[in-house]
Parts: sequence; C-alpha cells; structure tokens
Amino acid sequence: MAEATIQVKHKVGLHARPAALFVQTAAKFSSKIKVKNLTANGNFVDAKSIIMVLTLGVMKDHEVVIQTEGTDADAALDALKSLIEGNFGEA
Amino acid sequence: MPETNFKGIPASDGIAIGSIFCYIPTKLEIPVCVAGSVDEEMARFAAARERARVELQGLYDAIEKRVGKKEASIFEAHQEMLFDPALEEKIREFVEIGQTAEQALVMATEELARLLAGMDDELFAARALDVKDVGRRVLRILLGFPDTALSAVTEPSIIIAEDLTPSDTASLDPALTLGFITAQGGLTSHSAILARTLGLPAIVGMGDGLLDNISSGTFIVMDGRTGEMILEPDQETIARYKQIKTQRDSLLQILKAAAEKDALTANGRRVEVAANVGEASSARDALEHGAEGIGLLRTEFLYLEDTQPPSEEKQYRIYREIFEVMGTRPVVVRTLDIGGDKPPSYMPFPDEMNPFLGWRAIRISLDEPELFKTQLRAILRAAAGYQARIMFPMVSDLDELRRARDIVETVKRDLALASVEFAADVPVGIMVETPAAAVLVDVLAEASDFFSLGTNDLTQYTMAVDRGNAKVSGLFQPLHPAVLRLIQQTIEAGHTKGKWVGMCGELAGMTKAIPILLGFGLDEFSMNPRAIPEAKNLIGKLTDERAREIAGQAMSFGTSAEIENYMKGILAAL
Repeated sequence: MAEATIQVKHKVGLHARPAALFVQTAAKFSSKIKVKNLTANGNFVDAKSIIMVLTLGVMKDHEVVIQTEGTDADAALDALKSLIEGNFGEA
Repeated sequence: MPETNFKGIPASDGIAIGSIFCYIPTKLEIPVCVAGSVDEEMARFAAARERARVELQGLYDAIEKRVGKKEASIFEAHQEMLFDPALEEKIREFVEIGQTAEQALVMATEELARLLAGMDDELFAARALDVKDVGRRVLRILLGFPDTALSAVTEPSIIIAEDLTPSDTASLDPALTLGFITAQGGLTSHSAILARTLGLPAIVGMGDGLLDNISSGTFIVMDGRTGEMILEPDQETIARYKQIKTQRDSLLQILKAAAEKDALTANGRRVEVAANVGEASSARDALEHGAEGIGLLRTEFLYLEDTQPPSEEKQYRIYREIFEVMGTRPVVVRTLDIGGDKPPSYMPFPDEMNPFLGWRAIRISLDEPELFKTQLRAILRAAAGYQARIMFPMVSDLDELRRARDIVETVKRDLALASVEFAADVPVGIMVETPAAAVLVDVLAEASDFFSLGTNDLTQYTMAVDRGNAKVSGLFQPLHPAVLRLIQQTIEAGHTKGKWVGMCGELAGMTKAIPILLGFGLDEFSMNPRAIPEAKNLIGKLTDERAREIAGQAMSFGTSAEIENYMKGILAAL
C-alpha cells in the first residue's frame, strides 16, 4: 500500500474541473484508491467516485491523504500526486 | 377579463410578448411490482444507464454547438455521475435486499444527493441537484417515458415552470423560446444563468402556486428588467410594451457593441474606460460590462468585515484572484481608506468633531506603519506578473507622499532580501480628492507616477459641504465651476509633467460630465461597471475637438445649474 499527503492549491479545491480530472485519473488504474480530507478530518472515500470525492468538500489549501493498493499502486499515487502538485494543469 | 399583474425576481433583461407554455414534467410513478433476480434488475439498470449516456452525449453536442463548451460541460459532469461506482454500488445494495431497479435507483440517488445537500459550502451543496437530475433521467428511461415534454413546444412561447433543471432547458429550442418564468429559483439558478447567456428575458422566484391559475396558451407580457408579468394584457399595454421592446432592443444592441470594443473617440483617440470594484467577486462583473481595467479597487471591505486586520496571506489571495481575472488589464489598488465615520472594531479611534477632516486614509497608514506594510507586501507580491498600480487616498501634502513612498521602498527591500517574488516596477500614484492636492499636482508629480481624481471627496472638500446633511446637501454639486476648474487644472498640470490622469469618482460615469472631461483630456474614466457600455457609446460619438468646444462652453457658465442645463441640451442633440 502507498500513501501520500498533499495540499490542494487550486482555487476551487476539488470541485468542478479539478474534481473531474482527479476522478478520471484515478479511474485509469486498477488499484483500489481511497482519499480523505485531512483538514476537515473526514473519512476515506472511493477516489473513483465523483460524488463521494465531492462530499469531501476539499477547498483551496486543504490537505488530502491518498491511499493506493494494488498492482499499479505506486504509479497511481504518482499520477494523482503530480496532478495536484501541477495544479491540475493550470499555471 | 381584466389584466392581472404578477411580480417576481428580475433575472435576465428583455421583454417578451406571446403565449405561454406551461411545463409540467411527467410524474414518474413507480408501479408496484415484484423485483426480478439481482442480475436481472442490475441488467435493466445497466441498459437504462447506457441509454441515458447516449441522451446526455446528444445534449452535450447540441448545447456545445448552440451555446458553447462551458455551458455544455454540465452534461459531461452528468455522464461522470451516471457511471459513478458509488452510485452503482448503492443501487446493488438495495437490489440485493429485494428492491426493483427503479426503487433502488430512487433510494440510492436520494441518499447520495442528501450527502451533498448537507454540505456547508453552497457550491458543493448545489451538486445535489445534478445527482437528482441524473437519477430522474435514468428512472424516466426505466419507466419507458420519452425525453422531456419541453420538446413538445412547437411554436414560439414563453416557458413557465415550477423550476427548470439543466436537462429541461437543454431540450429547449432557443428559436422557439421567448423567455422563462419560474416559480422557484434565484438569480444564480441554472435557468437564470442560461437565460442571460442566451440573451432571453427571465423572471424567477414568482412563488408557489404560479402554475395553479394559468394554462398553456394564455397571452402574456413579461419584463425581465422589472420582474413583471401581465396576464391577458389589453391592446394598450401590448402596444406600450412593443414600443419599449423595440427601443430597448436597439439600444441594447448599440451598447453591447460599444462595450465589446475598446473606447475610442469619434476621431480615433484611445481612452481607457475602467471599473470601480469594491469586492473580489465584482471583477468578473466588470469584465462582462466591458471594463478595460480596474481604475479603483477599494480595499476597505477587507478591513471592515472582520474583528482583526486582514493577514498578509488573506490579502495576497484576494488581490491575486482579482489580478488573475483581469489578466493583462491594469488594476489600480487603493490602499486602506477608512476613517472615524466607519471605524473597524479592532482599532481605537479618537472622538472626532469631524471625521472627514480627521484621522483617516493615508494619515492612518503613516501612523500605523505595520498595518500599511502588511498591505503593501500583499499587493507587491500579488502583482508579480500583472499590471498592478498602487494608489494612496487623501494625500494633501508632498511630505506625506514622500513618506508613503519611502515605506513602499522599504517593503520592496525587505521582500528582495527575503528572496520573495514581487513586482518591483509597480507604478505608485495618488488620488486627487483634496483641493490641496489638486492645486499642487505639479509639485506632487515629483513623487507620483499618476493621478486619479476622486470627485466625491473633492466636491465635498471644495464646496465645504457634508452631503449627508440635508440642510446643505444641495451644495454638493460635482459639476460646480469651482470643482470643474480644479479637475481641469489637475489634468493639465499632470499632462505637463508627463503623467496620466484618470478619474474614479462618480462623475466619471455620468453622461452629463463625460463630454466635458473628455474635452479636458482625461486619460481614464473609471466607474460603476453598469455605466460602462453607455459611457463607451457616448465617447465614441464625440471627437476631441467637439469635446473641447463643449468643455470650453461649459466652463463659461457661472453656476452648476447653468452647466447642467447646457449639458442636457448637448446630450439630447447627440
């Protein structure tokens, strides 16, 4: 199992386009991927579910924990990390 | 039957005259029947989901073609929700305890929508409606109903409904839609936003029972600017609204065309028309109205909304967001402009006989250097890569200006030493709002990169009148010859020193003043965003030569009343 804690810098947080990109990226991997909002201290939810990711209420500057488990766990974690760190492809 | 009037919330400008189409969505009742096996029910769900996907893709393509990618993206989001693994898992749970696909779908979407609806942030909570909309679509397909009754609209109609979902409005043919009226909803509801995008009139929030007393085919008049709806109008009313509609349509077209272009005088000189903005959210509004920049960004709201001064980070974020919205367009940030008339709770203010002549604006900033430095650091950092300018309010003396600039330099040195990214070349200027500053522009030019006239305070200080005092407020005359002379002198002295001179007071957006100010050679007009289209239109009708003639003539009068009267004639003849 791999795990990482990352701060979301995007101005809308995990909502709208960033949320969609996050879920689409997660869906590319066969690993089980879970995510939780550390700042709001909630539960882990399925990172491949757009509805559940929205229920995390991740806003700008919130920290999220991502856990991946499976054959491509490391690749999945890397992809999601670089998506958030690269501010979802926006400058 | 006599006319009947109703009033709701005006949501999108325009007048529509025509028959109504009452949209009552098909009631989706689930028949009571025994569920099949888990596999059978899940297969029925999967088949309905696939048909829903095809419908949503069709809606996406149609809206993208008709309106745009941004407006269509809602149906992309709906497709993602449709295939959400959490939705499928929930449905399976309910099917496994013996529910039909229909019942399971309703229970699952309701449960997920409830999770979203209960969130604190409105933006997130609003997504609950999307989950419900998706659920309803799949349910309708499972029950075998065709896609939405709105496709039954066959002639141009005004659509009246309880509320409209994105799916409802997407199946509307804009060519057959004259306007929208809904019983529910607010200004930010989906139908209100779509109506504005399509340029259709809309009224929302008419209240419960809207659909009880009317039926399809009733003839009505609706005014999206006032929120009025008139049922069965008489001939006179129809004629009156037809006339208003024709006038407004042609005026709107002219103004819209003017707002989209950069402001040019009739002889082709470029003049900047900018917006006055008092909070972060209005920057977008300003752009929509054709602002070429922000000529006055008030920062007081940051200081008055909380029980402690705003942190550097908070200010940085808010300034940065506004700069990002405005892109390469200039933004003039006015530093803290508060006083004893409206003191923040965390600052002890002395009892003052006259707070407008007291401890306020730049005077506070110079006495409270830490408060001032925090703001300057936030502005300078946020300005990196953008066209920001810093402006000090209520300067009346060169020494004040020099001291304020010294603090700016100190802040820049500190930032450079700490290797923090900031904009080193931000122009620094002053507001001209005291008569002292107006007569000293040539002297102040030594330390000011630009000047911006604040006409409300300049009028108040020049006429020595408190406009809040009804006994004397009649003397508050921004077109008074004394005020106009100071404005003219300021512009001329600024230009002699090679500085640009703008105006961010109310006068800059008044049509009766614009020709005079143009004649004086004002470089930038900054105003309430809503005044921009009309101001640009007016500037485009005047040559510089004509404006100079008008200004010269106006300055030959001895009273404000004579000037106003003269300008009324000028505007009527344009």
